[in-house]
Amino acid sequence: MVELYANAIVNGLLIGAIYALVATGLNIIFGVMRVVNFAHGEMVVIGMYIGYACWQLLGLPPWASVLVAMIAMFAAGYLFQRAIGNEFVDKPQHVQFVLYIGLALAITGLHAIIFGPDPRGIQSAASFATYRIGPLRIDATRLHAAAAALVIVFGLWAWLRYSLTGKAMHAAAENLTGGKAIGIRITHIFALTAGIGMACAGTAGALIAPLYDTNPYLSSEFTLTAFIIVIVGGLASLPGALVGGLLIGVSEALAAVMISPSAKSFVSYCLLLIVILVRPQGLFSARRTGR
Amino acid sequence: MTVQTRQWTAALLFIAVLALLPLGIDEFQVSVLAHVFLAAVVGIAWNLMMGYAGQLSLGHALYFGVGAYVVAILTDRYGISTWIAMVPAALIPAALGFAVGALSFRFSVRGVYFALLTIAFAEMARILFEHWEFVGDTSGIFLKALRSDNNPLVTLRGDGLFFYYALLILMLLSWALSVLLVRSRIGYFWRAIREDEDASRAMGVKTFRYKLLAVAISAAITGVAGGWFALVNGSLFPESVLGMRVSIDLIVAPIVGGLGTLFGPILGALLIIPVNEFTRGLAQTFSINGLNLLFYGLLLMIVIKIAPHGCWPMVARWLGLSDSARRRKDEP
Repeated sequence: MVELYANAIVNGLLIGAIYALVATGLNIIFGVMRVVNFAHGEMVVIGMYIGYACWQLLGLPPWASVLVAMIAMFAAGYLFQRAIGNEFVDKPQHVQFVLYIGLALAITGLHAIIFGPDPRGIQSAASFATYRIGPLRIDATRLHAAAAALVIVFGLWAWLRYSLTGKAMHAAAENLTGGKAIGIRITHIFALTAGIGMACAGTAGALIAPLYDTNPYLSSEFTLTAFIIVIVGGLASLPGALVGGLLIGVSEALAAVMISPSAKSFVSYCLLLIVILVRPQGLFSARRTGR
Repeated sequence: MTVQTRQWTAALLFIAVLALLPLGIDEFQVSVLAHVFLAAVVGIAWNLMMGYAGQLSLGHALYFGVGAYVVAILTDRYGISTWIAMVPAALIPAALGFAVGALSFRFSVRGVYFALLTIAFAEMARILFEHWEFVGDTSGIFLKALRSDNNPLVTLRGDGLFFYYALLILMLLSWALSVLLVRSRIGYFWRAIREDEDASRAMGVKTFRYKLLAVAISAAITGVAGGWFALVNGSLFPESVLGMRVSIDLIVAPIVGGLGTLFGPILGALLIIPVNEFTRGLAQTFSINGLNLLFYGLLLMIVIKIAPHGCWPMVARWLGLSDSARRRKDEP
């Protein structure tokens, strides 16, 4: 019994690390531009399909397919923001909502056209490899994916904190007018932000491609999970995204074992409700009050 | 002609055209228009809450779905008159809206947080209904077939033409209600809250009370529309009435039409529903799965890029139906 729970918790932590990467992307976009990316789940699914296409169809090694997803999604996010997104940054929330929902529906439709509605999965011998540590059995692919996700999350933190561009992003988030006044190229910074945010989602997608079968309609569940995580952790807070991701991952895994697999999102929503009513700014609140 | 007379003439002309239209169109077009009217009702309800009171709800499927289930269960399982079933179909969603609002506004949950909280409530309801045997869990509810001696005025179910006129009347009633509300004291308080909540509170507007009123009224109208959806469709599933997609479809029309305008939701429904229907038909003829979503999504992006304030302000100016002073204020 203890073994079952221990395994569930470890698995939850591993998937939680992936969630954290997805939520970090959402949080960076929200933190800098105050835009909620309602198409975030679709970005994850794009990553999954890129992983599937590179690995299964082109035979690239897994790390390469993750890299391809990362670069492709960064470029897509950057271009999208430059072409369309920037114009919407200071529009009211519901206007942004329609834009991103339109984007989400278009991507879902495109996926259905290219890959069809049937689930696509990667078959490889590596999917079955496991590590055993005492009573724990850890899926090797899952562990590698989680480790990679954590490395990217921490790498991003460091980059945002210490690099000049990262500091410029902070400045733009903190005070847009002030940022402009000291010569930050806002359009470029926003496009960079969108690129990084969407690359996070796409990379997470490519990382979990070997673990889950992909279908075009998975996306809304990813979007909603990412929303729950950022609200629980704190909107625009990077540590919040990490802790929130791990928390939701574990609570989902435990709920699946203790109640039923279909109850897992219900438990997340209960967690969300409690947090929003007790501590609406999230567990880790960003110090800023917004612009 | 003053703007006001022009507005009245246009409204009467619009109603007359809709009343006579079934004479000249086929059965399919009648049913599409019936769905347009239903979408317009929900859009009007959502517009009251978002367009006028400024509260962004992304989980209106909660009220829509509960209204649908209330009508389906009461009439089909307990044989209660449909007319009477419409009362709880309005009151129960109103109570739910009241609860969601009270919970959020008491804890001063605002903006994005409020929007995401409404999604959470709607999704929780969907998951709950999918596991609740009493409401038929994922297999949903199918209304019994109509008896041959069915009287539409008693059961509120009938052929396409009956639904066309019934929903047209429902739409006109909700429209009239929204006009009355918006031009009343309540409407001015709502707009004050939308523009600056703290300032209006400082001026003595009971913001908590009027925000709750907006949610409850909006939820009640949405619930009735949900009830009609059950009657029109004859079957309902948690995903089809409580799902995220319902919340999305329901608010796209008023946004595209023009938020915070009285005619916007109707115009939006007239634009969005036929387009949705057309793209679905397109995907079917070419049997390409997903083509409809691609078109619909791209269209939303293009429309919102061209007309971020919705189409009605532009159309109204073009038709000379907008008195410019009020228009500027009414645009959110």
